[in-house]
Amino acid sequence: MDELREIMITTDEIKTDEYLINMGPQHPSTHGVLRLLVQLEGEIVHNVQPHVGYIHSGIEKMAESLSYPQIGHLTDRMDYLSAHQNNEAVALCVENALQVEVPERVKYIRTIMSELSRLASHQLWWCVMGMDMGALTTFFYGLRDREDILDIFEETCGARLTVNYSIPGGLMFDIHPNFQRDVKAFIKKFKTKLPEYDRLLSGNVIFTERTKGVGFLSKEDAIAYGVTGPTGRASGFSCDLRKHRPYSAYDKVNFKEILSDVGDTYARYQVRMAEMWESMSIIEQLIDNIPEGDYAVKMKGVVKLPEGEFYQRVETARGEFGVFIVSDGKKNPYRVKFRSPGFSNLFAINHIAKGWKIADLVAIMSTFDLVIPDIDR
Amino acid sequence: MKSIIAYITEILKGIWTLLTGMKVTAKYFFTPWKHVTQQYPENRKTLKIAERFRGEVIMPHNENNEHKCTGCGICEINCPNGSIEIITKSLILEDGKKKRAIDQHIYHLGMCTFCNLCVKACPTGAIVMGQNFEHAVWDRSTLTKVLNQPGSKIMEGVKD
Repeated sequence: MDELREIMITTDEIKTDEYLINMGPQHPSTHGVLRLLVQLEGEIVHNVQPHVGYIHSGIEKMAESLSYPQIGHLTDRMDYLSAHQNNEAVALCVENALQVEVPERVKYIRTIMSELSRLASHQLWWCVMGMDMGALTTFFYGLRDREDILDIFEETCGARLTVNYSIPGGLMFDIHPNFQRDVKAFIKKFKTKLPEYDRLLSGNVIFTERTKGVGFLSKEDAIAYGVTGPTGRASGFSCDLRKHRPYSAYDKVNFKEILSDVGDTYARYQVRMAEMWESMSIIEQLIDNIPEGDYAVKMKGVVKLPEGEFYQRVETARGEFGVFIVSDGKKNPYRVKFRSPGFSNLFAINHIAKGWKIADLVAIMSTFDLVIPDIDR
Repeated sequence: MKSIIAYITEILKGIWTLLTGMKVTAKYFFTPWKHVTQQYPENRKTLKIAERFRGEVIMPHNENNEHKCTGCGICEINCPNGSIEIITKSLILEDGKKKRAIDQHIYHLGMCTFCNLCVKACPTGAIVMGQNFEHAVWDRSTLTKVLNQPGSKIMEGVKD
């Protein structure tokens, strides 16, 4: 009812030439069930109101009735393209609360897995971005290369998407004997494939015309809206947690934080493309130096956190992901809050898309790299 | 005049970028052996599934119809979705003592999220993850399975 009233109020404000349309919840370029209430004058966007909650699954509430090792597998299902980083965030939060030091081997493997999953996520984003712009070819090329990473995940973690690999205390399994060989083969192969991406899409005249100079987000606005990840970095907001708050093995590798001060749709595209090269360089630095040792520390059968509040944040493929656990000393958390990057990023869309055409809204939304379960949780 | 030249160069540049992209697709069009597509239902016999792949929970039995499950219920506690139910019975041993044994290990495949926590927690290694991934059935009641085979009993020497 409240929503209806809200629509009626906004309808009253509309001038004669304006009209409201629903973009979504079933729309191919919203990548899920996201409903955007768009106020249009002809083709020009005057106002975009995102309405979320269509696939709200109550993960935070469900987590209150689960034990700490069980929470991890739910976070796979939030941002399913950054499942490794989400698992890692929960695991790190519980480990910090219990003051458990995990072996070096675990840290290295977690970092490699996170970067592989970032690569897979950016590959999917790239192919879907092309598809949103009307280039269906890119969709097949991106998925072809993503398949190799998913095969690596399948071999080591036992699942392709919902991996549940990092658990409090370490890892679910040790790496597969073929892991290092496969990852090296993938990196070697993908280094020849990534320039192909540039040839297909980055220079394409139709693509550049539709993205260059479209949808600006200034650094101040990025900070004000809490836009993080590649979307924020394209506006010049230095927010890479891997650099500023290194966790796992990120303090042992050399990599550049990709920044751009342009802030348009093409800058967001280029930041992600450059991040793929950086991810590959991080993996190359670590893959030969995985130290020997245990893949997990022995945890108690029932994990109980001390009373208090614990927060851990990690850099997922979309931005800053935070886990906030309030514990009252029992085996279940009192309250769990996930700070998801997609939610904060999405609500900057009204600010960015105002004044642009409705076709530009699709391009802008695409560079936000939306994953709807991450927004709705 | 200058603006006309600029206009034409822009068009030519645009066409060139389109041709660069077309070159990539043409390369794959004329090299079909580089394709990676798998003909899935036809290639079932040669399909390789990773040995760790989590398809379903199974309880391996040996040739004497014996398993390793003691009925301790740790998997049931560790399952986040309640997909495992353990029903135990008590056996009376030869010396008159009572011993707990598994009656039915009920597994609801439809509720399982394949998180591997039950397999990790099992103290005797009685349950493992199977590689079967083709779970489509006509009736959802068939998704509820009893993992221990009828008439099976515990292996010699397995204790909690």
